[in-house]
Amino acid sequence: MSTTTQEKPMTLKSLSHKKDLLTGGHRMCSGCGAPTIMRQVLLAVDGPVVLTNATGCLEVSTCLFPFTAWRVPWMHSAFENSAATAAGIETMYRALRKKGKIKKDIKFIALGGDGGTYDIGFQALSGAMERGHKMLYICYDNGAYMNTGIQRSSATPFGADTTTCPAGSKVPGKPQRRKDLTRIMAAHKIAYAAQASPHNWKDLMTKVKKALAADGPSYMGIVAPCNRGWRSQTNDSILLSRLAVDTCFWPLYEVENGKWTINYDPKDKKKPITEWLKLQGRFKHLFAPGNEGLLEQAQKYVDEDWASLKKLQEAFGR
Amino acid sequence: MPITTKTVAVTGNQAIAEAFRQINPDVMPAYPITPSTDIVQRFSEFVNNGKVDTEFITVESEHSAMSAAIGASAAGGRVATATSSQGMALMWEMLHIASGYRLPILMALVNRALSAPLNIHGDHSDGMTMRDCGWIQLFCENAQEAYDNMVMAPRIAEHLDVRLPIAVNLDGFIISHSIESMNYITDEDVKSFVGEFQQINPLLDTDNPKSIGALVLPDYYMEHKRAQHESTLKVMKVVEDVSAEFGKRFGRKYELFEAYRLDDAEVVLVALNSAAGTIKDEVDRYREKGVKAGLLKPRLFRPFPYEKIGAALKNAKAVCVMDRADSYGGYGPMYMEIASALYPHRGPALFNKIYGLGGRDLMPLDVDQVIEETAEVARTGKVKMVKEYITVRN
Repeated sequence: MSTTTQEKPMTLKSLSHKKDLLTGGHRMCSGCGAPTIMRQVLLAVDGPVVLTNATGCLEVSTCLFPFTAWRVPWMHSAFENSAATAAGIETMYRALRKKGKIKKDIKFIALGGDGGTYDIGFQALSGAMERGHKMLYICYDNGAYMNTGIQRSSATPFGADTTTCPAGSKVPGKPQRRKDLTRIMAAHKIAYAAQASPHNWKDLMTKVKKALAADGPSYMGIVAPCNRGWRSQTNDSILLSRLAVDTCFWPLYEVENGKWTINYDPKDKKKPITEWLKLQGRFKHLFAPGNEGLLEQAQKYVDEDWASLKKLQEAFGR
Repeated sequence: MPITTKTVAVTGNQAIAEAFRQINPDVMPAYPITPSTDIVQRFSEFVNNGKVDTEFITVESEHSAMSAAIGASAAGGRVATATSSQGMALMWEMLHIASGYRLPILMALVNRALSAPLNIHGDHSDGMTMRDCGWIQLFCENAQEAYDNMVMAPRIAEHLDVRLPIAVNLDGFIISHSIESMNYITDEDVKSFVGEFQQINPLLDTDNPKSIGALVLPDYYMEHKRAQHESTLKVMKVVEDVSAEFGKRFGRKYELFEAYRLDDAEVVLVALNSAAGTIKDEVDRYREKGVKAGLLKPRLFRPFPYEKIGAALKNAKAVCVMDRADSYGGYGPMYMEIASALYPHRGPALFNKIYGLGGRDLMPLDVDQVIEETAEVARTGKVKMVKEYITVRN
């Protein structure tokens, strides 16, 4: 696949001249990672784009009747079916284009949080990827059902305190490790799967461009700090997304037609997971005396995943 | 496939697949389920042999079938699908969204019992579960009616006063898999009757971006639902108009319901779909014996033509409503509609029989027993038991 999809280099100056397609005035919380991510995504798109959105924070906060914050066609229908809804739209596009009723080249992006993607929307996502609809599915992953009040999802990190796996005296937060959805998407043999973070806008936007240029379905997981659920400072969102990458909790990597590439390897600057955990109230109990073992376990999971990702790059890299 | 009008011997599923071929929808998302699978298979053959322009989506579930149908319809084109029973049940969440977004999606619902216990045969428990989903519901006695109603379906659903999804119901196996003699309309005639799909605010009009699917809170939600109800009421006139035009062009006349020997009837049965065929035979037999028997077979179930049906039944002495579905602990769903329709009148004695669940046959002798009992109620004015299961072991 060609990586030269940009006509001119992306600079902050050139991007500042592009129209914001998600307007201000939406009702997302201050400090929320999702609208920042969406702005970056839409700045990376050239030409017409149609969005679908699973039920969730991003959906309810951006389109509250009779207002909308979207300057592009946008559709929400339910929680578990952003991918299936986008599949229908994309298919109608192909049908009408075949008949000459549409001439334009339109891109399709399906959006969902981790609840709507890893859990309830998993089947619809898997089906849409397997069928080969030409769409980019983006999961903004804040690691819990934040819209309904911080319940655990299969993306919630080990040990986190949520309202359905509260840090109690018997069970200290989420006992399970998280599902690795990006690798599951790569296992669908789609043309492009990647992880990105809003602190590295250039990497994120380059990936969106690559994903949209892919010949077939593509998937991106993007870490999305949520100060309400993470119990963190509203002005720490970008810092926390950077630390997620620097600790290798959320490695930046991409799988292009089966080729695995780690986009950022901190090498000897890899930070301990505690650097990321300690800024978040949802992990506070892990630092209490007697819970050292849990912190070790959290570090072990990150190290295992990072090591196996490096092996994948060695085996299936360039 | 036929290219001119001719009499054919086909199954109900074949007839629906043929109607879909002639309608030539832009997109069909569908998932196999007995007994509707045959429609989807036949249509896939049309797709892969270039007989239609349709893009077929082999979705991974019925939930995704209806979700994709909603996306495709909102995108701006004609969409059709087919399902049964558990498949419709899995779609159920999305059925409300299809109607709430006013999307004229076409569905063939091949009626089958809902589990548990698991059963693949025909009854109306799936169709009745759709009652409050905001869809237009047409019911069909045989393959001819199923075909004709499907040909009329786009005209009704896509009418600018309506813009609502529509389900054409036919009995699983009894109609879907039995071969009957019927007539097809020519491709050209179907095409000209159905017409081109007319877009309203298509999502793919990227020059004029729209947001579909807003969160609507208590300040506006009721206005949306009331508007939906009022649009649904307009369906009745549209069904009458489209049916009249259909009758004029193709010779087969359809009303909101069929009144069979009803004008002077004192002993009346009410039943949907294929059972009506058996009941008509028995009504004829009892007429010969001097019993003023008759049948009312609803065709349009949602919206329900209460006033017209009430007026058609008010002069009967006794009415037995035959339900091929139940609302456990309540009366049968059709009984509740007929009771509502008759409430304003000093109406006939009314009672309810539940029959044929899970594909249990309704034989002529069973119908005879019901007619006998209804005649008895007509004579005495006394209903022994308001609701009773028949064709069932004790």
